[in-house]
Amino acid sequence: MLAAAEAATDEAHVRLRDVCMAFEDREVLRRLSCAFPRGKISVILGGSGSGKTTILRVIGGLVHPQSGAITVAGHEIQGLSETEMYTVRQKLGMMFQGGALLDSLTIFDNLAFPLREHTRLREAEIADEVHRQLAAVGLTDVDELLPGQLSGGMIKRAALARAIIRKPEILLVDEPFSGLDPVSVKRIEALLRRINRELQITMLVSSHHIPSTMRMADQVLLLLDGVPIAGRPHDLQKSPDPRVAGFLSEEADDSFDAAELVGRRSE
Amino acid sequence: MSALIQDLGFSVIRMIDHFGKITVFAAQIGRAALTPPARVRLFVQEVFNLGVLSLVIICVSGLAVGMVLGLQGYNTLVRFGAEQSLGAVVGLSLIRELGPVLTALLATGRAGSATAAEIGTMVVTEQLDGLRMMSTDPIHYVVMPKALAMIFVMPMLSALFIVCGLGGGYFVGVTLMGLDGGTYMSSLQSAVDFDDDVVSSLLKALIFGLLVGLIATYRGYTCKPTSAGVSSATTSTVVIASVAILIFDYFITALWGV
Repeated sequence: MLAAAEAATDEAHVRLRDVCMAFEDREVLRRLSCAFPRGKISVILGGSGSGKTTILRVIGGLVHPQSGAITVAGHEIQGLSETEMYTVRQKLGMMFQGGALLDSLTIFDNLAFPLREHTRLREAEIADEVHRQLAAVGLTDVDELLPGQLSGGMIKRAALARAIIRKPEILLVDEPFSGLDPVSVKRIEALLRRINRELQITMLVSSHHIPSTMRMADQVLLLLDGVPIAGRPHDLQKSPDPRVAGFLSEEADDSFDAAELVGRRSE
Repeated sequence: MSALIQDLGFSVIRMIDHFGKITVFAAQIGRAALTPPARVRLFVQEVFNLGVLSLVIICVSGLAVGMVLGLQGYNTLVRFGAEQSLGAVVGLSLIRELGPVLTALLATGRAGSATAAEIGTMVVTEQLDGLRMMSTDPIHYVVMPKALAMIFVMPMLSALFIVCGLGGGYFVGVTLMGLDGGTYMSSLQSAVDFDDDVVSSLLKALIFGLLVGLIATYRGYTCKPTSAGVSSATTSTVVIASVAILIFDYFITALWGV
């Protein structure tokens, strides 16, 4: 059963109320209210330019909405200074769409970076933790490689390992499946589910990849023309709302066409 | 006419806005420099990138400028029978004016543009946002070491430029034109005052280093997150920093007498 976006929560770990966000003349979020439950995987679904990434960036305090209230792990973050936000971000991890790994550092140093910056661990302990996280995301023998020497899927896995290395309460994941082949998509999807299960992290994932969303999400926030529709995946699939059905079927059609096209080209 | 006044007004407002932002940015760099941890390793790395990698261009340019000064100076002075003053002409020109200014312009073209492009690329690839999400201030980790390194290396590069220029002038005046080496050196020594000329010259270079470092890091840090944005930041760094150097040079010379 579908519900208003704000009502579809158990215990909200992140909450947005009446958030308005515009970039110059372009309005991206219009009085958006929604909440994301603690310890669950919430996927923000929507077409290009619907504001998925903007929601994650608002929660991370990277962009500031013109109005509205945002609560992250008990902190009201609107109006906080950048220095105050650093304290809140100690509870957050973020995997960016392009990885955002520091391109002048090796993969090992990228993962070690947050530990060296914010903990007093010895180098041997840092090395152990980095190797443990790299192994957890299925990366080996990449210590001395630079981000530019990795494939797209490997970069995303390394970025994911860096995002969770300090065991955040809330993990923001921006478009984890974009630009990946089907095998890598399933691998990342399995990783995210395992991380959520083992670490009990509240996970907010922005995506337009419907099959993965339907498999992994505990809750989906669908953004259609600026209107948020929240629900469980199977509720959305059975929705009588023609806009929801239309979006899900159009995206599915696009996937089919693309697969068919690839098949034809390879013949 | 009213449109012209309107455009002029907008330009002035935009300029004041930029000036205010760059002042705040400079204050943030200053605060970051005083906040632990000290980024010594990054600072040394930037000194290498901005300073050591600029050595060849500075030495070659300094030598060439000194040789031209030697040639032009000799040909002019010989008309008045004053060729024995070549050392003073070359020395004072290089130390008081050409050394710091040309070094700053060369450093802007090589190191300033590279700094703006590097920081701009980090903006485009969300590396600075990645740092923020790891609770690390990008101004502290990325901007401050680069800006401080630029301030640190500029006087040294300027000094090197001047030494190479003096060598170039000596080569042309003494080796090619047949001027006595002792005359060249004594003319140089008697004309140049250490405090008034050399120290002031190094302070001038320090100010230029501050300007270039600030403008390059600011333009990179505030660039639009597109490839065109990085390109624009790089170009504007060279243009704005070069013009700023020349304008500041006039005012420093006029007000300070250097």
